[in-house]
Amino acid sequence: MKRALFTLLTLLVLTTAAAAKEVVIVTSFPKELFEGYKKAFEAKNPGIKVVINSKQTNAGVTYLRETRSKPEADIFWVSAPDAFQALKTDGLLDKYAPPKEIMAKIPAKIGTFPIHDPDGTYFGFAVSGYGLMWNRNYLQAHKLPAPKEWTDLTNPRYFNHLVISAPSRSGTTHLTVEVILQAYGWEKGWALLLNSGGNMGTITERSFGVPEAVVTGQYGIGVVIDFFGLSNIASGQPVDFVYPSLTSVVPASVGIVKGGPNPDNAKAFVNYLLSEAGQTVLFSPDIARLPVLPDLYAKAPKNYPNPFTMKLGGVNFNDKLSSGRRDVVNSLYDHVITFRHRELKDAWDGIYKAEEAISKAKGRDVAQAQGLVGEARKAASQPPITDKRASDKEVTDAFKSKSGLKAQLETEWENFARANYGKAKELASKALALTR
Amino acid sequence: MRRGVDWRQGFLMWALLALLGIFILYPVARVLWVSLSDDQGRLTLLHFVNFFRRPLFREALWNSLLSGVLVVFFGSLIAVPLAYISARYEFRGKIALQTLSTLPLVIPPFVGAVALQMILGRSGMVNLLLMRWFDTTIPFMEGMTGVVLVQTLHYFPFIMLNTAVSLSNIEASLEEAAENMGCHGWRLFRRITLPLMLPGYIAGSLIAFIRVIDDLGTPLMLNYKNLLAAQAYLRITTIGIDDVDGYVICVVLVLLSLASLFGARKYLAIAEYATVQRGAPVSERLSGGKRVWILLFIGLALGVSLLPHIGIAVLSFAKIWSFSILPSIYTLDNYVEIFFRVPHFVKNTLLYTLIAAGLDVLLGAAIAFLLVRSRLRGRNLLDAIATLPLAIPGVVLAVGYIRVFHGWDFPGIGGPLTSSWIILVIAYTVRRLPYTVRASYAALQQVHVSLEEAAQNLGANRFKTYWKVTVPLIAGGLVAGGLIAFVTSCVELASTIMLVPRIEMGPISYGIYIYMQSPLGRSAGAALGVVAILLVGLGTYLTHRVFGERAGSAFRV
Repeated sequence: MKRALFTLLTLLVLTTAAAAKEVVIVTSFPKELFEGYKKAFEAKNPGIKVVINSKQTNAGVTYLRETRSKPEADIFWVSAPDAFQALKTDGLLDKYAPPKEIMAKIPAKIGTFPIHDPDGTYFGFAVSGYGLMWNRNYLQAHKLPAPKEWTDLTNPRYFNHLVISAPSRSGTTHLTVEVILQAYGWEKGWALLLNSGGNMGTITERSFGVPEAVVTGQYGIGVVIDFFGLSNIASGQPVDFVYPSLTSVVPASVGIVKGGPNPDNAKAFVNYLLSEAGQTVLFSPDIARLPVLPDLYAKAPKNYPNPFTMKLGGVNFNDKLSSGRRDVVNSLYDHVITFRHRELKDAWDGIYKAEEAISKAKGRDVAQAQGLVGEARKAASQPPITDKRASDKEVTDAFKSKSGLKAQLETEWENFARANYGKAKELASKALALTR
Repeated sequence: MRRGVDWRQGFLMWALLALLGIFILYPVARVLWVSLSDDQGRLTLLHFVNFFRRPLFREALWNSLLSGVLVVFFGSLIAVPLAYISARYEFRGKIALQTLSTLPLVIPPFVGAVALQMILGRSGMVNLLLMRWFDTTIPFMEGMTGVVLVQTLHYFPFIMLNTAVSLSNIEASLEEAAENMGCHGWRLFRRITLPLMLPGYIAGSLIAFIRVIDDLGTPLMLNYKNLLAAQAYLRITTIGIDDVDGYVICVVLVLLSLASLFGARKYLAIAEYATVQRGAPVSERLSGGKRVWILLFIGLALGVSLLPHIGIAVLSFAKIWSFSILPSIYTLDNYVEIFFRVPHFVKNTLLYTLIAAGLDVLLGAAIAFLLVRSRLRGRNLLDAIATLPLAIPGVVLAVGYIRVFHGWDFPGIGGPLTSSWIILVIAYTVRRLPYTVRASYAALQQVHVSLEEAAQNLGANRFKTYWKVTVPLIAGGLVAGGLIAFVTSCVELASTIMLVPRIEMGPISYGIYIYMQSPLGRSAGAALGVVAILLVGLGTYLTHRVFGERAGSAFRV
């Protein structure tokens, strides 16, 4: 009896000691967000200390991979869906089923995008849409109209005024690129991407480089995730934001690290994030993200966007297709747009100049010049491979191994782009010469 | 000393090799092995063949080399005159020149980029003014031109600091002898001074060259990606794919750096630079027209290279600064925001960087001693390993550390090395070691071995000789190297971001990163940047005050 009591006591001491501990979170979220949640969660769960390990998304993924033999983190908490997919593939995330009363209030999908991982390794806790953000002072000074749709990005007047982050560097930009490819089709989609790529003033390496460039007025219009726009509007910067009619709304997620030191606290944190109290935190103006609980929008601040009632264009987003060819699309974008940006810009600059000259050449026969410009546009709008090839297993596998095929493909794409942009530039300058 | 192999030297070298092996070679090799193996883990050179087959990488290689050469060239045009002025003339405000000319090395991460854009960017202060007055703009910050411009302003202090040390170590009587024989002015400089100051100048140019080809910050700041370091970084840090090309580029960068290291050493080995005597310091009081011209040159050179710092200071008081010449709304909130966090960031930063700089000076002096004074086989290997960190991206070193040190408890700290702040100290020490090695090496080359032999003939033992004779003579080089190590560690981000175990252990550069992540925090980040600059400025100033007086002519940087 005595011994049993003693054992019980020891157990009790041990369990309370274990419970009164930490939850270690690897996150790429801004300070406002993790500090807000740290405060709220610690108030609700006295005794549990939230320990933040703030890393860029890719550094976080690398960190979890390298520490898998003895994980030190409990929670992985970032925006990019592809980071979670990569970790899941590596078996670094634990399966978890949050309490039914919490999960029942969250719909399974937003638009056509599943909010949670169907296998239960990560959970959407907020959703974000992609759109366009612009600097009012900049547009006014350059006498430019505000954009509305993705197709506006090909407007010749926007030449050198736009900014985007490379899809290979930003999971959310990758999804935007996929939305465009799926909404307009492979050929037309790439034509749009290549033409807007030619209009980009720069292509940034960090997703927050885009709002930075727009807020400071280095460039006029940027392709951004909504909270960059919304929080900067809230803080009084001279910027505006719009969701194009064809947009993607994607979840930002949280997952439990497999074998982490404090699994119970990790679960408590996930439960809190998904609970009504946790979701309400998202409304605070310096966080400005959209909750996954549809009922909560009744309590939202005025003019807060509601993704559950928003008209989400006609894109029937195919997640499998998107994640299957992700590496190919990203590398393709880099090798024909990001790394060949100077040549691409030169080509479109030439095309625009020729077209302007044609439109001003009144009363003269410009049919031949028009023909040349048409050819130039075609050359500068072509992707080097078909959508079938992009999803081909041989090609997608090349990006997962060290075979020489990847190097070969990337070289082909680069050479294709270089040759086409050179040709487009030449055709355009011929057309320009004809108008004189 | 030239009496053949001494077992104590041998022991020192093996101890150093072991240390550098554990903290540099092994972790880096663990990561870079990827580039030499195929899917089955067998050795292959295919990836390197592919590297040279790809036009993109050939273009990047050419661009990197070109930027390195151009930056050394333009950097020398600023650095050599400044070094000469600082070593040879007496004037009021000299210590300000010495302090301010170190600051360009300290561009705090992220906010430095934003600030530079606000001033030189396409809608920056200068271009908005040009637009208003002349209806035109100049693309300072675009393409390769922008990269070379920013890197020149950023890295010229490497050349300046090292050249100045060499200059002040030159035996004055040699120049006087030349003057007595009728050699003056430019001819004197070209025939006598220039050859004698070569060790420091070459050391500085070498560091600048290697730093430029391995520089990530500038290309990323300007979004110019067709350079080797940028290609490596982009490929290594892309989520979800293990892009072998990134690691191949790292190896190419390492090889390039080693080639330039041994090239520079070969070049210096042609002649001897050591002098036996130390003359009185040659310094001229500035006066008259010369004074005006010199101050004008200093003002212009420093004014331009401190533009990012001025920008950061303005940004830290800005609430709204958007497409306007100056901020439209000012605030003090940013300083209020960081006020309570600053002590903690400053404490961490000082703790890590001072220990690291101290270790660097010790290790650098020991390594340089073996390189110059011993004939041990293996000393070239030591030199090569100690120089490697210049060429290794911070990310690669950090990943190597996590891979090697995670998972086993380090004796004495009750956990793995990677969950303690000590890992940051090690990373900083290793990454900045090349600076103290090169600086001590250059200084030691100017000390004639006969001085040490004389001490020994008079009965001093080896240790006493080194401590009492050699160290004071090379103190200038040691302090200059340690200073650069401290200064550059204060704003190190690449390995910091990967290695900080938890937010409370972050140094100031990490704090800036945290603020930049938040859409509202760039101005608060700039306020932290101002703190970092002040910290470094104060450190540099104190170094000059303390060592400038005590070490007399030995330290005149």
